Amino acid sequence: MTGALRVVEHHLMVYRRTWKGGMFVSFASPILFLAAIGIGLGSLIARGPVHTVGGVSYLTFLAPGLLAATAMQTAFVETTYPVMAKIQWLRTYDGMLATPLTVRDVLGGEIGWLVIRLATTAFAFFLVMVLFGTVHSLVALLMIPVVVLNGLAFGAPIFAFTATQRKDKGFPTIGRFIITPLFLLGGVFFPIAQLPPIAQGIAWATPLAHSVVLSRSLAIGGMNPSALIDVAVLAAYATLGIIAASITLPRRLVR
Amino acid sequence: MAASATRADALVHARGLTKRFDKLVAVDAIDFDVQRGEAFGFLGPNGAGKTSTMRMIGCVSSPSGGELRVLGLDPVIDGPRIRARLGVVPQADTLDMELRVDENLLTYARYFDIPRDVARARTQELLEFVQLKDRAKDEVEPLSGGMKRRLTIARALVNEPGLLLLDEPTTGLDPQARHLVWDRLYRLKQQGVTIVLTTHYMDEAEQLCDRLVVMDKAKIVASGSPRSLIDQYSTREVLELRFPIDAAPALDGKLDGIAERVEVLPDRVLLYAHDGEAAASAVHQRGLRPESTLVRRSTLEDVFLRLTGRSLIE
Ligand SMILES: Nc1ncnc2c1ncn2[C@@H]1O[C@H](COP(=O)(O)OP(=O)(O)OP(=O)(O)O)[C@@H](O)[C@H]1O
Ligand SMILES: [Mg+2]
Repeated sequence: MTGALRVVEHHLMVYRRTWKGGMFVSFASPILFLAAIGIGLGSLIARGPVHTVGGVSYLTFLAPGLLAATAMQTAFVETTYPVMAKIQWLRTYDGMLATPLTVRDVLGGEIGWLVIRLATTAFAFFLVMVLFGTVHSLVALLMIPVVVLNGLAFGAPIFAFTATQRKDKGFPTIGRFIITPLFLLGGVFFPIAQLPPIAQGIAWATPLAHSVVLSRSLAIGGMNPSALIDVAVLAAYATLGIIAASITLPRRLVR
Repeated sequence: MAASATRADALVHARGLTKRFDKLVAVDAIDFDVQRGEAFGFLGPNGAGKTSTMRMIGCVSSPSGGELRVLGLDPVIDGPRIRARLGVVPQADTLDMELRVDENLLTYARYFDIPRDVARARTQELLEFVQLKDRAKDEVEPLSGGMKRRLTIARALVNEPGLLLLDEPTTGLDPQARHLVWDRLYRLKQQGVTIVLTTHYMDEAEQLCDRLVVMDKAKIVASGSPRSLIDQYSTREVLELRFPIDAAPALDGKLDGIAERVEVLPDRVLLYAHDGEAAASAVHQRGLRPESTLVRRSTLEDVFLRLTGRSLIE
């Protein structure tokens, strides 16, 4: 257990030099998105025949979805190229494994660091939401653990995949065929119910849709009826991902 | 030391140690013991299995067969406990390019659970030890190869190991840097650190190693002190003769009986003899007129080439 903490400590030492840039992006990106799409597009919707989406302003509808999508993207970014680098380009893990640290410590530390990254970016996003007036209840703070779990639901399986790769060719493919389509069609910008039935089925099979609806209800101080199922789906993806990674990472690192 | 040194006090004890990668046998049932306080070397051509052996001793690669004990423990069960007491310089540097020079030592110390203040003090000492103190705050990437190697050595010492494993510690270093590394390793040995190293430099092996083994094609083909290996596999002296290129074929039979062993190479002829000068005058008496003659003492290199062959086998 302390071994995993040492791996997190290593991340912190590296992050010490880049945190300013990271922090800036964590705030600037939600501000831009909420301002441009939420307020810009939202004002068009408000002038149209429907006025609201799902009974709330478009900004209020959009913000929790974007929060969940941001966690998905953060997880994708953190578990692809940086992990590949540590496995084979920089061989950081090889250096760690020559010490008392074990592959379990490395995996534990990477997951721990991912949780920290997800929680801090989600918290920054949450503050921006408060600034835009889309948070109406303290219950909304529960969005943070929900989207952290969503991040793990993407990050852990992708980490497991990365550990099997010798080249980085697979990463853009994941981006193009999973991350970007989910971002655009997974319930962030409009309700999933508007998709054709097959696409709806696919969307509900992924973690993102579940964390979006759950976050959305928490943002306005409620809890949707399917909350338990949503959490179960997220937890299942995260757990299976961690199990998969605890098989693929040792296979890769111990020869 | 030979027979009385039993497995109980050997720091590394291997019997029938084997490593396979799928079908390829990288290490084929080798036996050796490394005793406390000695410097022990692995020599051998590329692909002989040195690194595979070192990685098993370092508990980062598990044996496919045979028996291995390191510091009296079983690497399969006690890997982390053993690694806590090892210092490792791998063949390829695994320095942290994302961190500065001093940060590399600090994080590494933390992996060994060394308290932060102790880690900071040790970082200063070790940077001084490998003469990198003035580069402490620099990035690692732009350091020269030799500086990186010294930093890797410093990093391997951060837990004050009793057993130091060095896989080609000086490959690619300039003579000054090599001598610095030799000097530091010698000092560590004086302090009681046991050293296991691999090298392609025969002078390095002669300088540093109390005992060494020569590996070839996954097996140990010879072992002993540098001196005893020379005594066993070579003569005291070697006479090197150079002939004009076109005169070389005319030699056949003319050198018989002058030396214990004659080796005809494309550019020169080597005569292995106890007394090189005597062999040289014998050559002259037979009417041979080489362009140049050189008498030198036998070296480990002669042993190495005799045991592992002159041509590249690949
Ligand atoms: N991870 C691996 N997977 C497959 N084969 C390997 C692996 N590591 C080493 N080998 C093979 O094992 C054999 C021994 O390699 P090893 O690295 O131990 O040799 P070496 O004596 O250290 O050589 P060098 O002097 O070139 O460093 C080689 O044929 C090599 O290709
Ligand atoms: Mg090697």
